[in-house]
Amino acid sequence: MQQTMPKPADLELVSLTKRYGTTVAVDAINHHFRAGVYACLLGPSGCGKSSTLRMIAGHEAVSGGSIVLGGSDVSHLPPARRGTAMMFQSYALFPHLSVAENVAFSLKMKGVDGPARRKRAAEMLDLVDMTAQADRLPAQLSGGQQQRVALARALITQPQVLLLDEPLSALDPFLRIRMRSELKKLQRELGITFIHVTHGQDEALALADEIVVMNNAVIEQAGPARDVFDAPRTDFVARFIGSHNVIALAQGRVAVRSDRIGLTDPANARLRGRVSTIEYQGTSVTLNIHADGDQEIAAVMPDDRFFADPLSEGAAVGLTWDDAAMHRLGA
Amino acid sequence: MAVLDTPAARDAAKQAPRGLALSRHVVGWLLASPLALVLALFLILPIIMIVIVSFWGATEFSIYPAFQFDNYEFLFGSPVTYSVFLNTFKYAAITWVFTLVIGFTVAYFLAFHVHSLTWQVALFLLCTIPFWTSNIIRMISWIPFLGRNGIANSTLISWGVIDEPLDWLLFSDFSVILTFVHLYTLFMVVPIFNTMMRIDKSLIEAAYDNGASGFQTLVHVIIPLTKPGIMIGSIFVVTLVMGDFITVRFMSGSQSANVGRLISNDIALLQYPSAAATAVVLLATVLIVIGILLRFVDIRKEL
Repeated sequence: MQQTMPKPADLELVSLTKRYGTTVAVDAINHHFRAGVYACLLGPSGCGKSSTLRMIAGHEAVSGGSIVLGGSDVSHLPPARRGTAMMFQSYALFPHLSVAENVAFSLKMKGVDGPARRKRAAEMLDLVDMTAQADRLPAQLSGGQQQRVALARALITQPQVLLLDEPLSALDPFLRIRMRSELKKLQRELGITFIHVTHGQDEALALADEIVVMNNAVIEQAGPARDVFDAPRTDFVARFIGSHNVIALAQGRVAVRSDRIGLTDPANARLRGRVSTIEYQGTSVTLNIHADGDQEIAAVMPDDRFFADPLSEGAAVGLTWDDAAMHRLGA
Repeated sequence: MAVLDTPAARDAAKQAPRGLALSRHVVGWLLASPLALVLALFLILPIIMIVIVSFWGATEFSIYPAFQFDNYEFLFGSPVTYSVFLNTFKYAAITWVFTLVIGFTVAYFLAFHVHSLTWQVALFLLCTIPFWTSNIIRMISWIPFLGRNGIANSTLISWGVIDEPLDWLLFSDFSVILTFVHLYTLFMVVPIFNTMMRIDKSLIEAAYDNGASGFQTLVHVIIPLTKPGIMIGSIFVVTLVMGDFITVRFMSGSQSANVGRLISNDIALLQYPSAAATAVVLLATVLIVIGILLRFVDIRKEL
């Protein structure tokens, strides 16, 4: 790394609120992003995650609360003076400027002279491996290449926090997986905070050190990716993050991962039911079970274990799981 | 063509007899022919006729077919021609500057400051309302306003700004250019507004994110991306002003001349060959101007 990035700083949201007229898009959320973390804001569309990101970036006025970066309140500073940089969903590359000119745009605005500008832009393009395309126009690049240019353009401003608004949604599935590993690698190299908005839980799990699940303008649950996945605290999180069953028991609702549900003799099971459908999925088999209390429960088991003792649709089964695999859900 | 690239479509193409492929070729020509015919009949043919007639001869009472350069010799030999062409360019240039500045500002306001689509449409329609009446009426309406005892002069006198009525308000270059600007600014607003609406709003945010001020965003992002619209509007305004004859006649009180009036005077005197020669030169001049404008911007990507 020839580029000296500024020291990473903590980012804190303090009862941050966004109102559009009478609708509340972000409702007094509090969160502390540690410096140098890769965080994903995860949630369905309209949950307030994009508004939160755009407020951090400074493209949306804050209706209440504040954004504190590195100890100072940046809520009312213009975007470029916050120490944040944003990578837009559609990349927002300037179509009339070459790749190098796009990357050097912020330096030109600051009045940095030509040769210095080109040198810095070349360094950034080298970082994202786009040196060969420096003179092309954005329209002549593939989606993945455009994304790298957008990254270089954001990083040349030496941000303490990089904000990514659904950066992978415009790419095809194959490229998406490749770019996400590149994003992760780049974040590790630079050591700055990345805040990445997505509605894909697989993307969030693959990338994030920390996942912040949002729904209905509030944070439902936040924590390290494994904690959020393993121990969802609410109904919504359990369903949204996927691979979980929300089961109503006598003592309340609990979440149990589908691959933690075992089949046993109906006599000593926690729940009884009948297999309604069986889906073979290569490495695993998903059994959809119609269980007591009119609940649909999915049980996932490795293919070898299923085929060692195959069941047929309509078979009566008992369901069981360890206490440790069961997580009580709040509202 | 993604739609045609399905296996079913490929099979259909394979099975289709050769005759069908040929007839598709013919269908293409047939589809293009009505417009081609209209253009040939009403555009190409008249221009060819004008060019032919421009070489004819004329006396005080007759026109006779010939191939002679008398009309052009007279045209290029007369100092009046040069001063009139110069005057035409002057009108075109000044009108262009004003329509551009006003048109760009109006379009910018509509595209970037009015956020609701309903208001954008409403205000845009408001701009077009004057166009519901004829050109001549909008032109003539200026006369009672600008006249010696008109509204403008009497208001200024009653405010005490001036003691004597201003003479240069009406029947002057001022009134000609004012009317041109009034008549043609919309032709600048429409294409510029259209191009501006196509600018991705996130580009503006990206510019701010990169530390550009409002003015820098205007100069480095909005104006470059609006160039095709500016060019199309410029072509409209320049060709309209250069081809005009009635505005100059009415608003200058027949005291100024442009090329259009030269042609219209010739026609009034039944000097068709001379009028045709002037028209050919004007057409060539306008085409050269457009050619120069197109050098600056590739508007094809806009169409």
